[in-house]
Amino acid sequence: MDILYKIFIEPFVFMGEAPDLLIQTLWEGLVSGVLYALIALGFVLIFKASGVFNFAQGIMVVFAALTLVGLYEKGVPAFLALILAVLVMLVLAIVVERVVLRPLVNQPDIILFMATFGLTYFLIGFGELIFGGNPKEMITDALFLPQGTTELDMLGGMVRFQHLDIAAAIIASIMIGLLAVFFSKTRIGRALRAVADSHKAALSVGISLNQIWVIVWFAAGIVALVAGIMWGARSGVSFSLQIIALKALPVLILGGFTSIPGAIIGGLIIGVGEKIGEFYWGPLVGGGVETWLAYVIALLFLLYRPQGLFGEKIIERI
Amino acid sequence: MSFRKIGFGLAAATMLAGLALPALAQDSVYVPLFTYRTGPFAGSGTPIADGMHDYLRMLNERDGGIGGVKLVLEECETGYDTKKGVECYESVKGKNPVIVNPWSTGITLPLIPRASVDKIPILSMAYGLSASARGDIFPWVFNPPATYWDGLSMIVKYIGEKEGGLEKLKGKKIGFLHLDAAFGKEPIPLLQELAKDIGFEVALYPVAAQDMQNQSSQWLSARRDRPDYMIMWGWGSMNGAAVKEAVRSGYPIDKFYSVWWPGEDDARSGGAGAKGFKMLNWHGVGANFPALQDIQKHVVDKGLSKAPKDKVGELLYNRGVYNSLLIAEGIAQAQKVTGKKVVTGEDVRRGMENIKLDPARLKELGLEGFTDQLVLSCADHNGHRAAFMQEWDGTKWVKISNPIEPMTDRVKGQLEAAAKDYAEKNAGWPKRSEACDKAS
Repeated sequence: MDILYKIFIEPFVFMGEAPDLLIQTLWEGLVSGVLYALIALGFVLIFKASGVFNFAQGIMVVFAALTLVGLYEKGVPAFLALILAVLVMLVLAIVVERVVLRPLVNQPDIILFMATFGLTYFLIGFGELIFGGNPKEMITDALFLPQGTTELDMLGGMVRFQHLDIAAAIIASIMIGLLAVFFSKTRIGRALRAVADSHKAALSVGISLNQIWVIVWFAAGIVALVAGIMWGARSGVSFSLQIIALKALPVLILGGFTSIPGAIIGGLIIGVGEKIGEFYWGPLVGGGVETWLAYVIALLFLLYRPQGLFGEKIIERI
Repeated sequence: MSFRKIGFGLAAATMLAGLALPALAQDSVYVPLFTYRTGPFAGSGTPIADGMHDYLRMLNERDGGIGGVKLVLEECETGYDTKKGVECYESVKGKNPVIVNPWSTGITLPLIPRASVDKIPILSMAYGLSASARGDIFPWVFNPPATYWDGLSMIVKYIGEKEGGLEKLKGKKIGFLHLDAAFGKEPIPLLQELAKDIGFEVALYPVAAQDMQNQSSQWLSARRDRPDYMIMWGWGSMNGAAVKEAVRSGYPIDKFYSVWWPGEDDARSGGAGAKGFKMLNWHGVGANFPALQDIQKHVVDKGLSKAPKDKVGELLYNRGVYNSLLIAEGIAQAQKVTGKKVVTGEDVRRGMENIKLDPARLKELGLEGFTDQLVLSCADHNGHRAAFMQEWDGTKWVKISNPIEPMTDRVKGQLEAAAKDYAEKNAGWPKRSEACDKAS
């Protein structure tokens, strides 16, 4: 009975007793969720356009952030370094399209997936060769990202809001909004959706697959740069950041591999879910549930919606 | 090409190899260095690798090696990955290494049973299996100058003294933030035992390797549990992220302690808010020692080091230097006790048991005042030396305590029980057959 009480009653009693901590946990979950969504967005963009699950998205986050910091350390002014980092991601997109994707056109998806594994390890090695393996500090001040904390007394306690987290949430939201407009309102965006629906049909109306792939990998690169700046500002830029990108996997399972709103909602559900789970139920098993809870949440959703929350339901005639 | 020509070629190659090998064997000993300059733990691994390499390279450049014998140095990149570390071991063991330093508790553990079989001593300097301090049970493993259990007992002792005595810790809560791996879990049994004996409460905060840079949950939990003190057993990017999160979450930073692994970069990452963060250490910081200046002159200035000039003398660089000091001393002592110039792994095992780094010897080595004295023996492969507490002042580490002796009375029993337990659980664990030298 005691264990049942600890599972089903005690956490909720504690939520009621310390609502400030509940708000704090929700806020931390939302911030993490937004950042997970940002990383997941990179996966979705590429998957939508090419059907490829880009395993290299995590290392792209690190590579983009290291490029920015590395250039700044070489004496390049922060905003010029930012522009140059964007250009580096464009060059990366062109190289990936030419060297990796184009020679593998018409190959099974698993081949392309494996190619992104290769790309991942190449970028790790190349990044370490250029920037070294040491962690670096994100150039938060030089980019005018806000620092500091606002402490609000509320609900009989205190809730801390990091200015950086607020900025991260706003910047990520703007980024997501811009991408949504880009995909729905621009010619390239519509072309991209056409490619996502059918490569052959898109080709038949004169859409260049190669061009679309460059654009989409470049967009994913920019998303990676923003995610790298935000994660880097929170906890430093190092190669271990790429592992966080694996958190995007349950987000994608949950939200669907082809849905931008799915990535956002999925990110928020996973972010909040894992923080709440770790905070209120983690102590029952000695902590550390955050590592696997995201996958459990995703799997539970899968039982009811195999295509994810917003994924496309595939109906095939037999 | 005819079979005859191939035969002649092979014979010539064999003769040349036969001529070359004894020449190599007469002039050098092989010292592999397991390092990690890549991956999530490179932030800690790189400066240590630099310090390790540079000290031994300096001996080669300045003195022509040790006792007239050149050191053949070769790094093997483990990425702090146990599997790769074991692969490194397998790749070097055929080259007759005189000692192996795995630089990871995870890699050390699978190598312990192999050491006695392959006759290669293992140096796990202040990491690895705490129980391997017992030379009678683990004759091939050395973990000086203090075990993780010693380290934990020093931190608990220090904060106990801050409170006015160990008994004042009764009713307090101590948080334990640790990497969720063999290394991070190593001191938990002792912490729980101390909690039971002294009467404080323990809250564990494991950090999975994939969440090293995503620790907001752990620090939220700390806010919920309100530990009076926080002790960290972290490595790689976990340390810097933890300092940042501690500052972010408003945890009183002066109550945040760590074992001896964070470096300057980790503390710096917390910005001004990191002032007051404390950690254990047992050696000097800075390049103001003759041996360090020789490294600068003979290695760094000649472009033979991978370390940036401004990193020479930083905390983790000097930790690597200390590690190589032990290797070099083990070889030097092996030469002394065996009378041989070119020593083997078996000789160096004996040499390690004869290490006596007293102030006079440290002065002779150009490291006067660098560290406390260390004496190893046949029975004691650790030394259980004291460490001191140092504090981050915003720009550098400042020593803030006298040497803190480990709580030997509380640790010893646990250590002996753990060593016996290890030997019992590993069926067929060999009884020590290696003779002890008189001096040790």
